[in-house]
Amino acid sequence: MSTTTLGAHRLRWAVTDTLVLTGRALAHWTRQPGQLIAGLLFPVLLVLMFGYLFGGAMSVPGGGDYREFLLPGMFVMTMAFGIEASYAAVASDTARGVTDRFRSLPMARSAVVGGRAVADLLHSAAGLVVMLGCGWLVGWRWHNGLAPALVAVGLLLLLRVALIWAGIYLALLLRRPESIVALQILVWPVGFTSNAYVPPETMPGWLGAVAEWNPLSATVAACRELFGNPGWGGDSFAAQHALALAVAWPLLLVAVFLPLSVRRYRQLGR
Amino acid sequence: MHTAAIEAEGLRKRYGDTHALAGLDLAVPAGTVCGLLGPNGAGKTTAVRILTTLLRPDGGRARVAGHDLLRHPDRVRAAIGLVGQHAAVDEVLTGRQNLTLFGRLHHLPRRAAQARADELLDRFGLTDAATRPVSGYSGGMRRRLDLAASLVLAPPVLFLDEPTTGLDPRARSEVWDAVRALVAAGTTVLLTTQYLDEADQLADTVAVVDAGRVVAAGSPERLKDDIGGDRLDLLLHHAADLDRAAAVVAATTAATPSVDATALRISVPVGDRVNALAAVLHALRHEAVDVADVALRRPTLDEVFLRLTDTTRTVTV
Repeated sequence: MSTTTLGAHRLRWAVTDTLVLTGRALAHWTRQPGQLIAGLLFPVLLVLMFGYLFGGAMSVPGGGDYREFLLPGMFVMTMAFGIEASYAAVASDTARGVTDRFRSLPMARSAVVGGRAVADLLHSAAGLVVMLGCGWLVGWRWHNGLAPALVAVGLLLLLRVALIWAGIYLALLLRRPESIVALQILVWPVGFTSNAYVPPETMPGWLGAVAEWNPLSATVAACRELFGNPGWGGDSFAAQHALALAVAWPLLLVAVFLPLSVRRYRQLGR
Repeated sequence: MHTAAIEAEGLRKRYGDTHALAGLDLAVPAGTVCGLLGPNGAGKTTAVRILTTLLRPDGGRARVAGHDLLRHPDRVRAAIGLVGQHAAVDEVLTGRQNLTLFGRLHHLPRRAAQARADELLDRFGLTDAATRPVSGYSGGMRRRLDLAASLVLAPPVLFLDEPTTGLDPRARSEVWDAVRALVAAGTTVLLTTQYLDEADQLADTVAVVDAGRVVAAGSPERLKDDIGGDRLDLLLHHAADLDRAAAVVAATTAATPSVDATALRISVPVGDRVNALAAVLHALRHEAVDVADVALRRPTLDEVFLRLTDTTRTVTV
């Protein structure tokens, strides 16, 4: 077999193996629809809680509607919660020996993470559709037309891609499905220390600065800008360059966690 | 043409200061079952993980199914099946979905993968459970599914890492039957186990592993011969006689007997079967020891094993 045809074979295998493993993840959802639905509806519950329970006490700088302010934050949180799904799937496969079985097969090694990434992205896209519908029902709208709205959706999915790699890395590092509890707890302070729920200017100075520079805040602020929802303005560099940061932060996270994940994956063989 | 399906020379693997493998040599002829026997931490699993391309050795060479492990890991992977210590199957999916998945990952077309899955389910008695999720399977069913998953492409070489650990006796014999059927069809099997009867039951050759090295290899029968042939067991009536009887046995046979105080049993290796038996009984009668029963038997693999790993320890210390 010549090198070219071997290369072509490899590429075709990488694609088909990735699709086969994506199919495996989809089969999980059809076998456990309850879990899928609970996962999709959890952010909806948060919208109702924050939008109606706490929303009355919240005031948006410049006097906008709190739910208009909140929804872009909740879209981002939906992406952030996704890191738990990525972690859980990879950690459980690694702990149970399924990853080793894959590694002992004559399949494309990239497909193990590739399949995960495609499946997680599909899952998050579905979650985003549910949240957009939920937002529509509680009165949130996009005001700048379809194109900027689609760019915002693109930025949300870009953030999710970055978190897939972070989730995969953590799972290969800890290899313990139980440790997901720590991740579930940590997602909250990281989410709250951002501009998703309240404007950072209402926080103590140092905390506000942390919140403004939170990678999640960049995507939230960029989405508010693109959807035409009320933000808090702010004159810091982070607030002024939200769009650029919403691209730069996820790319930086990928640049860090993708090589780390590949290295960890190789170290399974050490 | 090589007749050895697995050949390893001087495999080494170190974790920090621990030598998991300290120069392991192994040769398994095609179509035979080799049992890797050893205590926990002896290096059995490390050896299997290296030979199945999951781990890179620090040194040494190996060929599996005729392919060099380091130069052509892909070809090795295409020729092997691995059943690890965990039942590495997808708990959420059904048995049929699992086998179809692994068939697809072996690059079988969808239809062919499904047909192969049904064939394997039938062969391992899982047809009735085919559409149930694996999370509801018993331990034995899981193991059989695991075994089936490693046989999707009928690999010529199969690795089984402690395949019956944690199974009840019935499930164990189910797995043994499945392995025997494979061997009858020509598969080469490398099996690690802590259960000596398992090696006795299944293996053509046994390699005893201790501290990352093969300390003895051969057929179970030969290993038993090597450590001093047959054993003489004596069963006493009175516990009070034990010490005296053991001293008499030691003096008569010039070997150290092992004494089981609760079972009132004395066991000693004997070279010359009949004469030793006569001499021991004569001496015991002379000392007025009341003997309840007496037996000459082959040593168990347990005794071989303890003896071998014991000697290597004393030598290395």
